Amino acid sequence: MSAAPQVLIVEDEDSILLSLEFLLRSAGCGVAAARDGDTALALLAQSVPDLVLLDVMLPGIDGFELCRRIRADTRLQGTRVVMLTARGRESDLQKGIEAGADAYFTKPFSTRELVTRVRTLLSEPRSDSPAQGSARGST
Amino acid sequence: MIRPTLKGQRLAALFLLGFLLFNYPLLSLFGGNTRIWGIPLIYLYIFVAWAVVIALMALVIERKEH
Amino acid sequence: MLSGALIVVLSFAYVGLLFAIAYWGDKRADAGRSLIANPYIYTLSLAVYCTSWTFYGSVGRAATSGIGFLPIYLGPTLMAALWWYVLLKMVRISKEHRITSIADFIASRYGKSHLLGGLVTVIAVLGIVPYIALQLKAISASFSTILQYPNSLVTDAPESLPFLQDNTFYIAMLLAAFTILFGTRHLDASERHEGLVAAIAFESIVKLVAFIAVGLFVTFGMFNGFDDLFGKAAKIPELNALLVQGGAAGNYTTWASLTVLSMLAIILLPRQFQVAVVENVDERHLNKAIWLFPLYLFAINIFVLPIAIGGMMHFPAGSVDADTFVLTLPLSEQKTWLALLAFVGGLSAATGMVIVETIALSTMVCNDLVMPILLRWKFLRLTERRDLSRLLIAIRRSAIVVVLALGYVYFYLAGEAYALVSIGLISFTAVAQFAPAMLGGLFWKGGTRLGALTGLSVGFLIWLYSLLLPSFAKSGWLPITFLTEGMLGIDLLKPQQLFGLTGLDDISHCLFWSMLANIGLYVAVSLWRRPTAAEHSQANLFVDVLRHVAAGSGPKFWRGSATVADLQTLLGRFIGPRRAAESIAAYARSQGMTGSEQLSANAVLVHYVESQIAGAIGSASARDMVASVVDEEPLALDEVMAIIDEASQALAYSRQLEQKSLELEAASKELREANQRLQELDRLKDDFISTVTHELRTPLTSIRAFSEILSDNPGLESAQRAKFLGIITRESERLTRLINQVLDLAKIESGAAEWHPGTVDMRELIDDATGALSQIYRSRGITLEVQAPAGLPTVNADRDRIMQVVLNLLSNAANFCDKDDSAVTISASCNETALRVDVTDNGIGISEADQAVVFEKFRQVSDPAAGKPKGSGLGLAISREIIQHHRGRLWVSSKRGLGSTFSFTLPLSPAPA
Repeated sequence: MSAAPQVLIVEDEDSILLSLEFLLRSAGCGVAAARDGDTALALLAQSVPDLVLLDVMLPGIDGFELCRRIRADTRLQGTRVVMLTARGRESDLQKGIEAGADAYFTKPFSTRELVTRVRTLLSEPRSDSPAQGSARGST
Repeated sequence: MIRPTLKGQRLAALFLLGFLLFNYPLLSLFGGNTRIWGIPLIYLYIFVAWAVVIALMALVIERKEH
Repeated sequence: MLSGALIVVLSFAYVGLLFAIAYWGDKRADAGRSLIANPYIYTLSLAVYCTSWTFYGSVGRAATSGIGFLPIYLGPTLMAALWWYVLLKMVRISKEHRITSIADFIASRYGKSHLLGGLVTVIAVLGIVPYIALQLKAISASFSTILQYPNSLVTDAPESLPFLQDNTFYIAMLLAAFTILFGTRHLDASERHEGLVAAIAFESIVKLVAFIAVGLFVTFGMFNGFDDLFGKAAKIPELNALLVQGGAAGNYTTWASLTVLSMLAIILLPRQFQVAVVENVDERHLNKAIWLFPLYLFAINIFVLPIAIGGMMHFPAGSVDADTFVLTLPLSEQKTWLALLAFVGGLSAATGMVIVETIALSTMVCNDLVMPILLRWKFLRLTERRDLSRLLIAIRRSAIVVVLALGYVYFYLAGEAYALVSIGLISFTAVAQFAPAMLGGLFWKGGTRLGALTGLSVGFLIWLYSLLLPSFAKSGWLPITFLTEGMLGIDLLKPQQLFGLTGLDDISHCLFWSMLANIGLYVAVSLWRRPTAAEHSQANLFVDVLRHVAAGSGPKFWRGSATVADLQTLLGRFIGPRRAAESIAAYARSQGMTGSEQLSANAVLVHYVESQIAGAIGSASARDMVASVVDEEPLALDEVMAIIDEASQALAYSRQLEQKSLELEAASKELREANQRLQELDRLKDDFISTVTHELRTPLTSIRAFSEILSDNPGLESAQRAKFLGIITRESERLTRLINQVLDLAKIESGAAEWHPGTVDMRELIDDATGALSQIYRSRGITLEVQAPAGLPTVNADRDRIMQVVLNLLSNAANFCDKDDSAVTISASCNETALRVDVTDNGIGISEADQAVVFEKFRQVSDPAAGKPKGSGLGLAISREIIQHHRGRLWVSSKRGLGSTFSFTLPLSPAPA
């Protein structure tokens, strides 16, 4: 971690995006933002972020699919994925883990927890099999 | 196809009626030496009763069931 | 005095006409256009019941007993009322089992018994021969009467003529020829003779017309109507006695026994069985015949008594035989043509009876007497003959000749001792012996072969002893002491006062004793032993015939194996190989196959073949024949019983089951549907909650995030701080709005919403709405045009709610507008039934697919290019609910890229509050 860690935020709600940008910049991260899946894929093709903060409900390609594509991309093996969802269903959590997310937060989330978690993830080298139990976010 | 229905029972009842009309003792009521329109009573009685029974049979058979 | 040649030519011409009609009828039948397939011809053919006994004999009887001739016609009238049960059953059974004679019927009912069939045949032939003789006697008498009048004697003496000069002999031969020609043209399983029936029906018309013509002549020509006729008769004491019941008319016992006798005769006489059952084309014809046939009898009897009385007054007592009044009255008045008509009428009455009776008897003699014997004589090797059809026809033809010859001989030797009616009654009493076996067999399953055999034999013997032998004694064939002193001089055995029974006429006497023995033994012997398997199965088929379906009932009681080829060969031997092949092929087609090669020899086919053969040689023989090629395993009684029990139980259960399963099916369908509805509702509810949750969480997320940011970063610069606080406020408002809308929608949907109907002026409402939104529109640079003409009618509606809808549509329109020259138009219009409001924008438009769902909850039109749509996604859903509540319609029409128009209507008629 030589330079500032780069984070890509994929979120279609303006106000939430604004808050996430502020939080991560405050935590010392470089931030890029996308409002939908296609834009996110375009950005990912250009650069490799250290972490993607990914909303599930997106116009176009949804968060699960985007997560699967990131995991399928060999260039992005080191990229952590944290998923955010407004639908607090068990099945969504399960789907997120299956799609390969490293952490999963249900909206509304505690900003402190989110930032702490992002920091932790960025400080550890990513293992291929993420710890299942750690994926649950706070409520 | 003919099905034994109410029609059959009505006809059976007509059979009983006819059997009564054409036999003793009803027959004996008309055995006297009386004439109506010059026709002997017994002769007239039998033919009228006969015609009535036939007419009733025709009625039972030809009547359309609703 | 008429010329003999004329009479002979007339007679032969008449019979020739019959030939022509019969020929025509057969041709029509071959062409498939049946002449006789209607209830009227059927009824007329039934009138073969009226023979020369009716035509000549009734008058004779009336001359001695007044109305005593009538029971013979009242009985059949009564029986006709029961045809619905009795004759229908006989017809149905006969059609199903190809039964062709009464002997066959009875034999078939009691387990296809040869012995019973033979016995019935013998009784029928012995009983009927005098009856045929009666007809010949009548023909002969009418010949001599019409030829010799006025020299005719009280009775003619045909013996005075050698038979070769006796016209009756030639008439008999002619009748034999006719019967052979049209009665045995070919062998057919159904044994129907269309041409013959047509001829018989024609004869029935002729005899009715002739008799009524004579009656009218006597009543209104010779006398001045009934009044005059009976008035004059009343003055003559011996005639007056005839007009009073209980006088010369005989006692009531005779009356009743004759009624019963004729009731039985109308269904049991072989010729009646032939026309009513065998020749029946369609059982529905029975319907009309039930009242038409009695009507025929009624018509032909009206003038019997007037003719009799008239004759007795016209001729000196004893000078003319009353049996000939029908002829002699016209003759005495010089009405030659009327006499000739009467003669032809009498001829038709006699010939009709002779023809049908001989056919019926010949079928019985062939099928139930000769064939069973011939087939049994192994040395004839008949069972190995390839084609028996010619033999069968030859037997029938011989039988016709023999029966007619017997009749002629009886007439020639013994015809003189009795009046016509008395001879007929002897025959009636003979066939009445069939009644217990026949009627019992139709309605009582318990009757057995042995019971029928015993009852029939003993009844027949009593008839023989107490009626036939006395007639011989009276004719001088037997010593008269047989009558006066009894057999072997034993008093109790006097034939007509059996066991000392006196006070009855000879017919009633014989009927009483023979029926007592016949019925008694039939019942007693039947009850003595259990019926065999064959008897039981036949009993069920016969008694329950109206209950089971026509096809497939027969072969249920059969188990065995055979080959199709064997069966076809067998059938070919009786009806000819070509017809057999046709018949089997027709059967195959009826089973839905293309040809006989596809057939398998199952029980149904075997039954079919057996019934085909039964038509040719009788059911009992047919069974033997089929058994010879079929490897049949006999069924034990308990097996048959088991099948029947099973079948009847199954029937009862299956009805219940059917009922229950229908109910179950309906119930489970309802359940399935209810379950589907529930699942659908459950899914909708889940979706809704999930969506609502999502919509609630989104603003909450922003609110929490910025609150925490503000709390964790006290040192934020004031501009950013204000911006974040602004977001929190906006998101809180959004949350509030959403919660309000969800509650609103829930209230409307559940019907709990409050409505405040009032008079709404749409123009004013639109003005208010545009006023409220003008700020927003102006800020976004959207032009808003209002087109609301003055004088729009008001509608009855909830103003606030309609306002809500209009505001929703206007703000949606604003949201969809993203171009610089955006414009929104709101217009109001109306037709005679409804007020209409359109909100048109020139924005991005809505795709077809989205148009369908845009009114659903939370279904926002999401367009990646347009970014996240604004609003909760509930506005249109609520608007639609509101408009629908007002019985209006809300819809959208749009083209992608060209803008959309949202429209709603409100009916002008008062909407419900």
